[in-house]
Amino acid sequence: MTNTVLHTANSRGHANHGWLDSYHTFSFANYYNPERINFGALRVLNDDTVAGGRGFGSHPHDNMEIVSIPLEGDLEHQDNLGNVAVIRKGDVQIISAGTGVFHSEKNKNPDKPVQFLQIWLYPNKLNGTPRYDQVSLDVKDRHNNFQQILSPNPDDAGVWIQQDAWFSLGKFDQGFQTNYHLKKTDNGVYAFVLEGDVTINGQQLHRRDGFGIWNVDQLHFTADSAGAEVLLMDIPMNI
Amino acid sequence: MHRLNILAIHRDTKILATVLRLINANGQWNGIGAITNEEAIELFHQQPVGIVLFCSGIDPESEEKLKAVFSTQKPAPIFLQHFGGGSGLLSAEIYEALAKQGH
Repeated sequence: MTNTVLHTANSRGHANHGWLDSYHTFSFANYYNPERINFGALRVLNDDTVAGGRGFGSHPHDNMEIVSIPLEGDLEHQDNLGNVAVIRKGDVQIISAGTGVFHSEKNKNPDKPVQFLQIWLYPNKLNGTPRYDQVSLDVKDRHNNFQQILSPNPDDAGVWIQQDAWFSLGKFDQGFQTNYHLKKTDNGVYAFVLEGDVTINGQQLHRRDGFGIWNVDQLHFTADSAGAEVLLMDIPMNI
Repeated sequence: MHRLNILAIHRDTKILATVLRLINANGQWNGIGAITNEEAIELFHQQPVGIVLFCSGIDPESEEKLKAVFSTQKPAPIFLQHFGGGSGLLSAEIYEALAKQGH
């Protein structure tokens, strides 16, 4: 039997620290909701806006796969592995924290905010070697198409992570319909609507809504508004 | 007020310091930290420990050995795998574990 969970945009946890305005789909920091811990291997989905010139100072992580997806603006990354980089809209960043990594993420621009998604997945192997990577993708390839941005395979499109997960981004014309076939038995899909309105397997969704669905082989997707943008996260449910 | 002793074991000194800082930010919790198995066992025997937090770098053999030693305490502490390294997940992990124990 198909199972679903709906997390509407306005039901998310919210923390406004001035320099950081963050919406938490799942329990994070001071937001704790025992009904909102994870969706399979997906543990964190933070919708962050960082003020101009501000950011997260150097801090550690371990045993977590951390994906950042800029939505607007530029994010400057530094870590103790020696990486210094900037990620922009169209880029995807992965930090595979493994045994431990220190990093900072700051708004590159002093005069405008940066918006990005911060997504954490449990790894399928503990204590791996820390690793950083980023890719630039052509956003035109996601027009009326779910463009793969992440997979478990180093040779596949997008960044790769230490988990049997696949992420795809799409931007659609109103009325466009398509099916998405799950990559792996026992995976589920968590859909996060970036912009506009969509319907997935009969569930209407709006901007920043999240919808998890599992025990299913494929999704039927309809864009209900012009320019609807969706992130699909195909994720192991058994961890 | 009685504070819950939480023993965090991490092989990285700097990350352990962050984990302890976050634990101690909660007035009901008291974080104590160890780098090595020997330090962890010594600290464990100095006070009653409610939660043992296994952080990054603990190999399965060490974890089993430590659990065997710590299980001699009655009641046994809660054993918890910490993910993320002193991150925003720590509080939720502890709250979840306590809830499962009926606290």
